[in-house]
Amino acid sequence: MDYKAIIAKYRDTTGGILEAFNAVQKELSYLPEEVIAEAARIFNIPAAEAYGVATFYSMYSVEARGKNVIRICESAPCHIAGADEVIAALERELGILMGESTVDGLFALEFTECVGQCQATPVITINGEPFFDVTAAKVPGILAKFQK
Amino acid sequence: MAEEMRIVLRNYGKIDPLEINDYIALDGYKALEKAKAMEQALLIADVKKANLRGRGGAGFNCGQKWSFAYQAQADQKYVICNADEGEPGTYKDRLIMENDPHTLIEGMAICAYAIGATKGYIYLRGEYPFLVSTLNAAIEQASKKGFLDKFSIEVRSGAGAYVCGEETALIESIEGKRGEPRFKPPYPPAEGLWGKPTIVNNVETFANIPVIVDKGGEWYASIGAPSYPGTKVFTLTGDINNRTFFEVPTNTTIYELIYKFGGGIPAGKKFKAVQIGGTSGAFIPTELLKTPVAFDAMSEIGATTGSGAVLVLDETRDIVDVVTRIAGFFEHESCGKCAPCREGTARTHELMHKLNEGFGSSEDLELLDRLGRVMSISCLCGLGQAAPAPVLSTIKHFNADYYAKLV
Ligand SMILES: Cc1cc2nc3c(=O)[nH]c(=O)nc-3n(C[C@H](O)[C@H](O)[C@H](O)COP(=O)(O)O)c2cc1C
Ligand code: FES
Repeated sequence: MDYKAIIAKYRDTTGGILEAFNAVQKELSYLPEEVIAEAARIFNIPAAEAYGVATFYSMYSVEARGKNVIRICESAPCHIAGADEVIAALERELGILMGESTVDGLFALEFTECVGQCQATPVITINGEPFFDVTAAKVPGILAKFQK
Repeated sequence: MAEEMRIVLRNYGKIDPLEINDYIALDGYKALEKAKAMEQALLIADVKKANLRGRGGAGFNCGQKWSFAYQAQADQKYVICNADEGEPGTYKDRLIMENDPHTLIEGMAICAYAIGATKGYIYLRGEYPFLVSTLNAAIEQASKKGFLDKFSIEVRSGAGAYVCGEETALIESIEGKRGEPRFKPPYPPAEGLWGKPTIVNNVETFANIPVIVDKGGEWYASIGAPSYPGTKVFTLTGDINNRTFFEVPTNTTIYELIYKFGGGIPAGKKFKAVQIGGTSGAFIPTELLKTPVAFDAMSEIGATTGSGAVLVLDETRDIVDVVTRIAGFFEHESCGKCAPCREGTARTHELMHKLNEGFGSSEDLELLDRLGRVMSISCLCGLGQAAPAPVLSTIKHFNADYYAKLV
């Protein structure tokens, strides 16, 4: 769906800019400049304010990034459960460093704080879907799901 | 010794969360009917008598908060459920919403009736996108059955910001802004969402409401510790045999949580420290494990009950390293609105990093301690005020670990 149509759906939702941004990101994985400008217009706020919203929340990116966003929890419970090993495995497997995207545009690698699945640390999420008790050995199998 | 007691998780595993008839079959929505037959002031008085205190961390008396919003004169009032659950190590609100969404909806509807609100929001953290459909389905079922005839509920998603759990930052976020906390007063029950009287309560707080209304405030007040009665859900993480959750009466001790419910430390290792209440909680040493988990008992030892997260560390853990990671969390999550927090969390992280890498001096340690004390009294919101707790408590109780790393 085109981003204008997505944003327009939230036109009557007071304060709905986050809902609109969330919906756009589901499709585009990030918030391009024209999306921010369009949201500012629809919600009748200055572009600077819309940009302020887009840069405040950690799940938004105003820069292009890979389609499948992998987030690794680095909060204390995941940290002591071995998140570092998972990070190393993901970097190795994808050939990129944390904060980067793969050249084929398929994956982005990011840190996150606790995602609320601490019964099964360490945890990663891909496009919001959590994966539990992740080990270096499990990484290739998890990625395979998204490599098609 | 205390036994598990399920109030907010009473229907866990017993019902299909997407089937309202399951909830109704277990007396669901009877409390709402009962509440609606009561005078608003009497209903609030009963919640006050229960002495239910907010389960989101601050421990404010729920009935009292409701009475402020009830007394406020306005053409519109709001009820907001705080489902931001950002405190690391916490997943109790997800458990409730995932397994029994109707108990939350019923609690919110009772609150709406009590204070005279017609519109409600559930502010759901961006990390729980899979719960949007569960909550919306439950809301739709409840309105179809007529339980939400004078009250509508909308689910709003966040987008990853710990500070949005702070009630005024949360309100800003629902209004479509950056989630920066407001100056208080005015407090939300007087001026909240779009300037209107607003109740913000945690998911677990709301989940207690139907049971309180059903069984009466007096009954609830008799459970657990008198000054913070009822039950509390704790989520156990780290070096613990039973890495799971428990709902226990509030007079349960930390020791019982770890050794009875948690099954103790794995691999025959010794206990070193426990951090309770989430990442902004204090680290507690062996000597203080006999403390009950209730709010005031924890305050007395300089700790918190907080969200109910319990992070256990065994003797092999490097506590300075863990606290350094936690300091990184606060630097990242500080919203930047007030200088003591924006600068303080960055400097704290910098100093912790230096100490952790073995380059710190005893002057650095002293500076860290002073900075922490200044932040705890000068920051605008609870984020910056509580951020130094892990640092200060470990400098106090685990001083040797710091000294071992000094140059
Ligand atoms: C930085 C910060 C984060 C917070 N995060 C949460 C949260 O995730 N969930 C929550 O219910 N309360 C959170 N709170 C507490 C809220 O400000 C507020 O006290 C609470 O939602 C009130 O509900 P209760 O009385 O039912 O606990 C947070 C407070 C601060 C300062
Ligand atoms: S600490 Fe990693 S999911 Fe909670």
